[in-house]
Amino acid sequence: MLYREAGQFKSSYGADQAVFPIAQDRWFIAAAAVFAFVVVPLIADDYWLQAILIPLLVYALAALGLNVLTGYAGQLSLGTGGFMAVGAYMSYKITTAFPELNIIVVFLFSGLFSAAVGIVFGLPSLRIKGFYLAVATLAAQFFLIWLFNKVGWFYNYNPSGTIDAPPRAMLGVLITGAEAQPEVKYLTALSLLSVFALLTKNLVRSSVGRAWMAIRDMDIAAEIIGIRPLRTKLLAFAISSFICGVAGAELFALHFGSVETLAFDINLSFLILFMVIIGGLGSILGSILGAAFMVLMPIALTNLFVGGLGMQAVTAKHTEFMVFGGLIIFFLIVEPHGLARLWQIAKEKLRLWPFPY
Amino acid sequence: MHARNLILAAATAAVTTALVTAASPVWAAGEMVLPSLVYRTGAYAPNGVPFANGVSDYIALVNAKGGINGVKIKLVECETGYKTDVGVECYEKLKGEGATGAAVFNPLSTGITYQLIEKTWVDKVPVHSMGYGRTAAADGRVFKWTFNFPTTYWSQASAVIKYIGDQEGGMGNLKGKKIAHVFHNSPYGKEANPTLEILADKFGYELIMLPVDHPGQEQKATWLQIRRKKPDWVFMSGWGVMNQVAIKEAAAVNYPMDHFIGNWWSSTESDVLPAGDAAKGYKGANFHGAGADWALHGDILATLYGGDKAKAGGKNFGEVLYNRGIVNAVFSTEAIRTAMGKFGDKPLTGEQVRWGLENLDLTAARLKALGLEDFTNPVKVTCEDHETMGPVRIQQWDGGKWVYVSDWIKPMRNVVRPLVERAAAAYAQEKGITPRKCDGSD
Amino acid sequence: MGVLNEFFVLPFLDIAEAPLFFIEVIIGGLSAGVMYSLVALGFVLIFKASGVFNFAQGVLALFAALTLVGIMEWGVPAPVALLLTAAVMVGLAFAVERLVLRPLVNQEHIILFMSTIGLAYFLEGLGDTLWGSNVKKLDIGIPEQSFEIGGVLLNQFELVAAATAGTLVAVLAVFFHYTRVGRALRAVADDHQAALSVGIPLKTIWVIVWSVAGIVALVAGIMWGSKSGVQFSLSLIALKALPVLILGGFTSVPGAIVGGLIIGVGEKIGEVYWGPALGGAIENWFAYVLALMFLVFRPQGLFGEKIIERV
Repeated sequence: MLYREAGQFKSSYGADQAVFPIAQDRWFIAAAAVFAFVVVPLIADDYWLQAILIPLLVYALAALGLNVLTGYAGQLSLGTGGFMAVGAYMSYKITTAFPELNIIVVFLFSGLFSAAVGIVFGLPSLRIKGFYLAVATLAAQFFLIWLFNKVGWFYNYNPSGTIDAPPRAMLGVLITGAEAQPEVKYLTALSLLSVFALLTKNLVRSSVGRAWMAIRDMDIAAEIIGIRPLRTKLLAFAISSFICGVAGAELFALHFGSVETLAFDINLSFLILFMVIIGGLGSILGSILGAAFMVLMPIALTNLFVGGLGMQAVTAKHTEFMVFGGLIIFFLIVEPHGLARLWQIAKEKLRLWPFPY
Repeated sequence: MHARNLILAAATAAVTTALVTAASPVWAAGEMVLPSLVYRTGAYAPNGVPFANGVSDYIALVNAKGGINGVKIKLVECETGYKTDVGVECYEKLKGEGATGAAVFNPLSTGITYQLIEKTWVDKVPVHSMGYGRTAAADGRVFKWTFNFPTTYWSQASAVIKYIGDQEGGMGNLKGKKIAHVFHNSPYGKEANPTLEILADKFGYELIMLPVDHPGQEQKATWLQIRRKKPDWVFMSGWGVMNQVAIKEAAAVNYPMDHFIGNWWSSTESDVLPAGDAAKGYKGANFHGAGADWALHGDILATLYGGDKAKAGGKNFGEVLYNRGIVNAVFSTEAIRTAMGKFGDKPLTGEQVRWGLENLDLTAARLKALGLEDFTNPVKVTCEDHETMGPVRIQQWDGGKWVYVSDWIKPMRNVVRPLVERAAAAYAQEKGITPRKCDGSD
Repeated sequence: MGVLNEFFVLPFLDIAEAPLFFIEVIIGGLSAGVMYSLVALGFVLIFKASGVFNFAQGVLALFAALTLVGIMEWGVPAPVALLLTAAVMVGLAFAVERLVLRPLVNQEHIILFMSTIGLAYFLEGLGDTLWGSNVKKLDIGIPEQSFEIGGVLLNQFELVAAATAGTLVAVLAVFFHYTRVGRALRAVADDHQAALSVGIPLKTIWVIVWSVAGIVALVAGIMWGSKSGVQFSLSLIALKALPVLILGGFTSVPGAIVGGLIIGVGEKIGEVYWGPALGGAIENWFAYVLALMFLVFRPQGLFGEKIIERV
């Protein structure tokens, strides 16, 4: 009744090809945007912003990046942590070398470096496929981490070997550094995520996106109908690494403020991949839902066990692991195509509500 | 599918309520909160558990005796699993806990320490990273909110070199000797490197650097190189599973154990026990006593365990890291006591506890009164010096327990302090911090 | 020139200078490789029979070793404890088949992969809850003395490990080739549909494969656990097995062995001779790069089944 497309007529090609052709979707997105941009910064406290929402947004961006590569172009990658490290370390190098440069520009430049690295490590994908490729991308993961740990130039030769985000302002408002307001950091992360989500959404509807999906579904067939695998695959690697690089720079400058290479180790790569799979391969919304699941669920479980049931911190953690593992399996059994698919089903049900036939 | 949908709905509802109704217990008046970031799970739990038990036992003892000047301490544990992001989450959750907020944070991980240092400036909660974390924080003029007494990795490295020189019959004899540094290939493991390099220049020994990548379950290549190059001494900055494997591999290449010295995170019971007899003779640096034969331990045993040794043993009673937990808890509670001398006997804010940390003067008499005579050294923190460069002692594993084999060794202040000041100045410049004058005006 | 010298001349001079040490490095590499193979075998078994990339294999090894030590701590003699642990692993296989694999039958590879990640989380929590997280000494009486033959240092433990791996592979080979169940396993590995249609019960086969993989994990857990003590980090040994897997091929038992040896020797030689020029600790990524180089020429691994693609 509420979610009805009947009567919404399109009178131009533009309207027909809009990102959100259904009016209710547009209202919903607008409401969600208002909520996220206006209401959340007003009501959320420090803990919610710093410990939950900012990492959630950053991980969602990284998941979006990986989803381009794995979900749309079908190339399984476990090098995400490495590409994010490139973004983080390059943003540190750029911003310490050019302190006047706008920090957003710094993020984008470090994304470019990450894209270049992604192209190099994407080359084997022309020959290697599936799980073999996944393991091969681990070469990128281990090599990059080793490199940033080993070569002093990347951390300006400081004796601790970690990098610290210096305070940087835009339009007179501090964005990075310890003194920046959490609300500002949150809004920065949110804006970047929104922009990239919108860009990606459009990209995957374009000929580039269709080429990716053709490669994903069957690369030989795609090649036969005239899609160049070299260009298509490397473009996917480049764009994916670009987004992951920006996410890495954000993780460093907005969330942590100070990182060592351990923050980008293989566990991060796995974490992002889990987000993509749980959220839904080949879905923008899925990346965000997946990140939300992986960030919120452990915290919610801890709160439930420690705060709600009064368990010891350690028992709670063990139980949390078991329940979390069980939940992953449960969700996969209920809906193997991820949370995004659950959302889609919900929408379809809503279309018929309250008179299903 | 109905049952599944039901479970799904139930799970969603449970999670939502859990998130919304995050723990908000009621605080008793006259209580202050001491957060304890622990890691009782994950790959490093064998180290995290005894430490956390030491802290919680000491605080329980303090509370059993009526608290600090009548103020009870509420120890709130938060499980980090040694993960940085979880540690930050814990910090955000606990920093405002209780009536006056958290007293002081002990991050218990290099990664988390680095995160929290950044946040202390804004939140005004002190961080005390006891013998780990950012060494440059020893310069209190730049790092107002961070403390790392009684000593640091850099001081430790210099003390170990001093010990080796002593064993060789004088620092002059170090010339031409070979010393290998086997280290965890992370910022933590690399901490000692600059100090060791400078000392190598100074005393003319050859330094062999052997990094081991995380986690370090496979070290064949490292120990083959040691077999080849035959260093006279091996110093190790290891962590977690790397230690146990290193000791086993050292035995496998017949390296003499009494020339193998671990730093204070590489010389605990859980490092040597899995290696069995092979570990006999292995040495380690430490800044406090081992074993349970201290007056305080008798007190804990009687008060908390009713004299039941077996029960206490289950809580790692008297292990090296348990004792380190006690030292850490002593420092925290004594700092709070110091601060109470100025601000009164009531729950204190983090800012007030910071004053207590900076003016902490733990004398030998006070240590004796606590039942810790000669267990660790007196500490006097100042505004300039947040480290105090406390002495280090070498202990040796005799197959069943750790025994002292050296006196307290003073680190080389003239070598380490300039390094600290240089690193702190670089940090201050990068961050735009004006160092304090330390004349009482700030 | 200095750099070229360091990379292309000095290492070889080094080898020529101390040939005995070079042999030691190779032996060290072989023995490390054997240990990698032990872990890789478990992956191969499961991937071959059910197409599942089992992320939980490392945790399985940890869980098995924890269970073994836990049972031994009750005072049960080692052989009985081994049997009991094996029984636990078989029980686990039943549970996995019933609760994870069966509901997910016919799903994509990546979904099955993800479900084993859920399994890994679950087993980690369960192992910690049941057995605690201290480092436990595992001693089932494997000798550990080192001795020299002609100036080359050998270690009894490594010889035992090699013998164990050899026996394991031999037993598996016999099992696969000469038993009814083995033949059924191979049939399933070749073609699920065809195997089903000639009456091979897929469910039973999966239980058997997971049981065998669980027992292989037990062996791996024992060998690695006697080295480092049984502790949580054992689950990370899976990372060491991944380059072995891609080099040897996901579907080949001999591939796991040969791949392990190549990776072991390759990374030790790389670390000892080329490591210093690069600053050390290169073996982790070096192993992957080595595997990658093989993959460029054989995308299915050395012994993997040839990938035939049709439109």
